[in-house]
Amino acid sequence: MSIDFIVHDADDSVGVIVVEGIQAGQEVTGWIMEGNETVTCTVHDAIPIGHKLAVRDLAENDAVMKYSVDIGRAIKPINKGEHLHVHNVKTKRW
Amino acid sequence: MEISGRKFQGYRRENGRVGVRNHVIVMPVDDISNAAAEAVANNIKGTLALPHAYGRLQFGPDLDLHFRTLIGIGCNPNVAAVIVIGIEPGWTNKVVDGIKATGKPVEGFWIEQNGDHNTICAASKKAREFVQHASELQREECDINELWVSTKCGESDTTSGLASCPTTGNAFDKLYDAGCTLVFGETSELTGGEHLVAERCATPEVRKQFQAMFDGYSNMIDRYKTSDLSESQPTKGNIEGGLTTIEEKALGNIQKIGKRCMVDGVLDKAEAPTGPGLWFMDSSSAAAEMVTLCAAAGYVVHFFPTGQGNVIGNPILPVIKLCANPRTLRTMSEHIDVDVTPLVRREMDMDEAGDALLEMMVRTANGRHTAAEALGHREFVMTRLYESA
Repeated sequence: MSIDFIVHDADDSVGVIVVEGIQAGQEVTGWIMEGNETVTCTVHDAIPIGHKLAVRDLAENDAVMKYSVDIGRAIKPINKGEHLHVHNVKTKRW
Repeated sequence: MEISGRKFQGYRRENGRVGVRNHVIVMPVDDISNAAAEAVANNIKGTLALPHAYGRLQFGPDLDLHFRTLIGIGCNPNVAAVIVIGIEPGWTNKVVDGIKATGKPVEGFWIEQNGDHNTICAASKKAREFVQHASELQREECDINELWVSTKCGESDTTSGLASCPTTGNAFDKLYDAGCTLVFGETSELTGGEHLVAERCATPEVRKQFQAMFDGYSNMIDRYKTSDLSESQPTKGNIEGGLTTIEEKALGNIQKIGKRCMVDGVLDKAEAPTGPGLWFMDSSSAAAEMVTLCAAAGYVVHFFPTGQGNVIGNPILPVIKLCANPRTLRTMSEHIDVDVTPLVRREMDMDEAGDALLEMMVRTANGRHTAAEALGHREFVMTRLYESA
C-alpha cells in the first residue's frame, strides 16, 4: 500500500508527509517504521511534502517527540492531524 | 553487499596514500595572488586554480588553520602536483615545504620583485611539466580500506533524517567494518543529540575531548547570538523543508554515523587522522567550509545527503550526493548521484540503499565524475576563526 507519511518510532508525536499535494480533510496512510505498523489519520491542514503532522494531541508546553527524543516544546495546543511546525513548536536550545 | 575486500582503481602517491583523482592544482597562498594563479591555470590546460579570499594579516590559531588547510589540500592524494603562488617567499615556502613532505612534485613562486608577468611565465612553465608528468600516472588496483571517506549533509529536510542520512550511516557501518578511515563533524548541528554522539565515543578520553569541542562551539554561539538562530540553524531551506528545531535537525544529521560505528577519535579543523576508524572533526556546519576541511584532512571521497538540494562540490574532493525527497528529484535531479526516494515509498530497505551508495562510491573512486564535478561545482571555502590583525 502506498504511504503518505512516515513515523520513526512508536512513541513519537509526529509523522513526516512524504508525498506532494496533501489537502486539508484528507485521510492519509502512515507507516510507523518501528514495528512496521500501518496507521491512518485525517489531516486538518494542507501539509507540504517534508512537513510534519501531529499523530497525537499535544498540550501547550508538551515535549514534541521524534526518534524517541525531545525535539522541542509545543507553544500552543496541537491536535492530532494538525500541521506541526515553527508556528506551534519552538526549540528548547539557544 | 560485502564491501570488505572490494578493489578499486586509484592513484598511489609517493607517500603510499591512495587518491581517486589526479589534479594538478595552482594554489594561491593569499587573496592577492589569485589573479596570477588563475592566469597560470588559464595558460596550462589540465590545471586547476584554487582562488580564495584569505591569507593576509592572519595570526595565531587562525593563521595555523590557514596553513593547515592549504598544506592539507596540497598533500591530499587526489592531487598529483602543486604550483604554489604567494606575494612573498616566506609564507609561500612554508606551504611548499609542508606539501613537499609527501614527496609529490611541488614548486613555489612569488610575485614581489618579479611582478605578475614573470611569475605567471615561470609558474606556467613548471605547471606544463607537472601536467605532463601527471598525465602519465596510471591507476592501479587498491584495497577498499585504503579509502578515506568523509560525510556532511546540507539543505537537510525531514527526508534526510528518514532516509538519506541513515543510508550514509548504513554505508559507514559497512566501511567501518572494512577498516576504512571515516569522518563526520558539524559541531553545532549535533545540538539536541550531542548525548547520542557522546555515548558512541570509544573511550572516556575521546568522550571528554568530544564534549570539550561541543561545549566550546556552543559557548561561541552563545557569545554572538542575537536570537534563537532561526533562519541559520535550522536554515531557511531546512524550515521550508519541514525541519522545525535544531534538535530535530541534529537527530537527522546524526543518522549519518550509522548504528555500529564508534567514534574512535576527535580532530581539530583540517587535521589529518592518524589511523582507521570513525573520527569526529570539530567544524562549521556550512557545507563548503566543512567539505573543504575534509579535503584538507586528506579525505578522498565524500558522501553528501541532501533534502532540499544543496548543490555544493569541491575542487579536489568528489562529492557524492544522495537524496530521498521526491520533489527535489523531480525538480533538480541533475545534482543527485544516488536516488534513495524508493526508501520513503517503502520500495527499498536501508541495506539496499546503503549498498547503492557504496556501489556509487566504488564507481566514483574508479573515475566516474560526480554530478557536482560534471556541473563544475568547485566551492573552496576556508574557515576563519576571527578577525585579521
